[in-house]
Amino acid sequence: MRKISLDKLDLLFSEIAKSAKLYLPVDTDNGAKYDVWEDGKKLSDALNTVRSAKDFFFPQTENLMDFKMSGKNIEIIDTRSECEDFVVFGVRACDVKSFEILDRVFLADPVDTFYKNRREHGVIISMACNKPAETCFCKTFGIDASEPCGDIATWKTDDALFLDAKTEKGEKLLSALEKITEAAKDADAEPQKALIKERLARLPLAELETSAFGNGKTNELFNAPEWKDLSESCLGCGTCTFVCPTCQCYDIKDFNTGNGVKRFRCWDSCMYSEFTRMAHGNNRLSQLERFRQRFMHKLVYYPTNNDGLFSCVGCGRCINKCPINMNIVKVMKKLGGKKNG
Amino acid sequence: MVDMKDPHIPVVGVVTDIRIDTPDVKTFRVVTPDGKKAFEHKPGQCAMLSIPGVGEAMFSITSSPTNTEFMEFSIKKCGCVTEWLHSMEVGQQITIRGPYGNAFPVDTAFVGKDMLFIAGGIGLAPLRSVINYCRHYRDRYGKIDIVYGSRSMEDLVDYKEIIEEWSNDAGVNVHLTIDREQPEWTGHVGFVPNYVKELGFTTDKIAILCGPPIMIKFTLAGLQEIGFDKTQVYTTMELRMKCGVGKCGRCNIGAKYVCKDGPVFRCDEVDELPDEY
Repeated sequence: MRKISLDKLDLLFSEIAKSAKLYLPVDTDNGAKYDVWEDGKKLSDALNTVRSAKDFFFPQTENLMDFKMSGKNIEIIDTRSECEDFVVFGVRACDVKSFEILDRVFLADPVDTFYKNRREHGVIISMACNKPAETCFCKTFGIDASEPCGDIATWKTDDALFLDAKTEKGEKLLSALEKITEAAKDADAEPQKALIKERLARLPLAELETSAFGNGKTNELFNAPEWKDLSESCLGCGTCTFVCPTCQCYDIKDFNTGNGVKRFRCWDSCMYSEFTRMAHGNNRLSQLERFRQRFMHKLVYYPTNNDGLFSCVGCGRCINKCPINMNIVKVMKKLGGKKNG
Repeated sequence: MVDMKDPHIPVVGVVTDIRIDTPDVKTFRVVTPDGKKAFEHKPGQCAMLSIPGVGEAMFSITSSPTNTEFMEFSIKKCGCVTEWLHSMEVGQQITIRGPYGNAFPVDTAFVGKDMLFIAGGIGLAPLRSVINYCRHYRDRYGKIDIVYGSRSMEDLVDYKEIIEEWSNDAGVNVHLTIDREQPEWTGHVGFVPNYVKELGFTTDKIAILCGPPIMIKFTLAGLQEIGFDKTQVYTTMELRMKCGVGKCGRCNIGAKYVCKDGPVFRCDEVDELPDEY
């Protein structure tokens, strides 16, 4: 465990930025967002960024390859290049967990090299949540916001930042920061952790639980009559999927630049009717079916394929952003039996 | 890292032959620019074909893996990509990647069994690969029955191959049917599900179904009526796909991805999926 006094945060950031591009949450007119650190940029105090941190590894749009066409001939141009090292500071426990969930999709055989490239070059510095919000329910999914994972975990007290390396990557970076940080005992961060734990226990969603969901619950939940009421007002806007740190569905499209073709991928949403539309029909015609797919995937299908791991981290972004105030918590309460009622 | 093969990046294929099967189905022969097969596959697997700038789509590989020279794709004109493919001329390059998905268990569950293939319309395309595989390794399988129906005579895919090759094989019986009477047609008239029941097969076979969903539904019911168990019946599914490797989320049904866990399913496995295909 190392520590640095808060008035030296700029020194910490400039030291990290010497060896790699550093991103951290900064305040904007539209809430906190990750930005490249440069002298004068201040770490946001907001609990979390409006958009999740998945962009770092799975960006909203990215080029997959280029094509040159001449007459009947096609040339495929591999545009991949080795990603530069980067560091993301201030990632919350929920978003850190989302990377594990995305890893199981993109790093499963056959490996998605675009994702893997970024993943290997990124160092995650997490930060414990001093003031978890009433929309937080990470605890439901076994995440402890007082003990975030990542390559380095940090805790911010009134006057200092404690840093603890969790991986080899993290140890390497932290040892490079030895000159500007000072040694600290693990016990020094304990009061802060205890304070956070106490706050987490008092959150309104602290009791939300998952026993009604998970591996093998397809048949009893798929045909539940509750989907009708739950999905009735859904506008199919897809906002939930875009702010979600674990939503990973994507589209692949071609763009003709006039001087060749770029094939890119971009985030897509199972909430859109186009998502499954084929030339000969669509297997999810109603918003009920699309709505159900999103939640069944997170709460049943994904866990079935991934040792019971749920594809939700309880970050609460969908609660904040849904224009009709529908969200996974309401779904879980309605379908989770009396205990969640 | 970037030297690693990425599943999204295809190779170039050249269309070396285009056969007109029906008014809206053509069969395309594809090899790499140096004249080889782009990759090996198993019967029932699929490949992503694309025309950069138009799009990419998943197609079943129609040719048998036992064909060592080229791959073939029988494709019905019904959307953007397929319309473009239909407008191609011989010599056109496309992109190809694969193979994707599981395959029919031709080397395990099918060995030593009598085979009953049932197809409707373009549904013959994915079965042609299996049929020709079974014909190639003829002694590994028992009797082969093929029931194939289309709207009209003109809509029967692979007609020449069926008449000149399949029908002449020992131990292979071909039963063709069309939906409505036609003056030149002397064969059976009627829908596939009814024809299957009329033919009254013994139930000691493996049945493989492919065709429009409505045909599959009624044929499966018909087969069960004459005593088939769902564990004897296989089908192959088709949903919209983008990545082909179980990541983009599009062909997800229940805990399965049709591109990776399918497209071949035994009918009792289909029953375990939520009803949205």
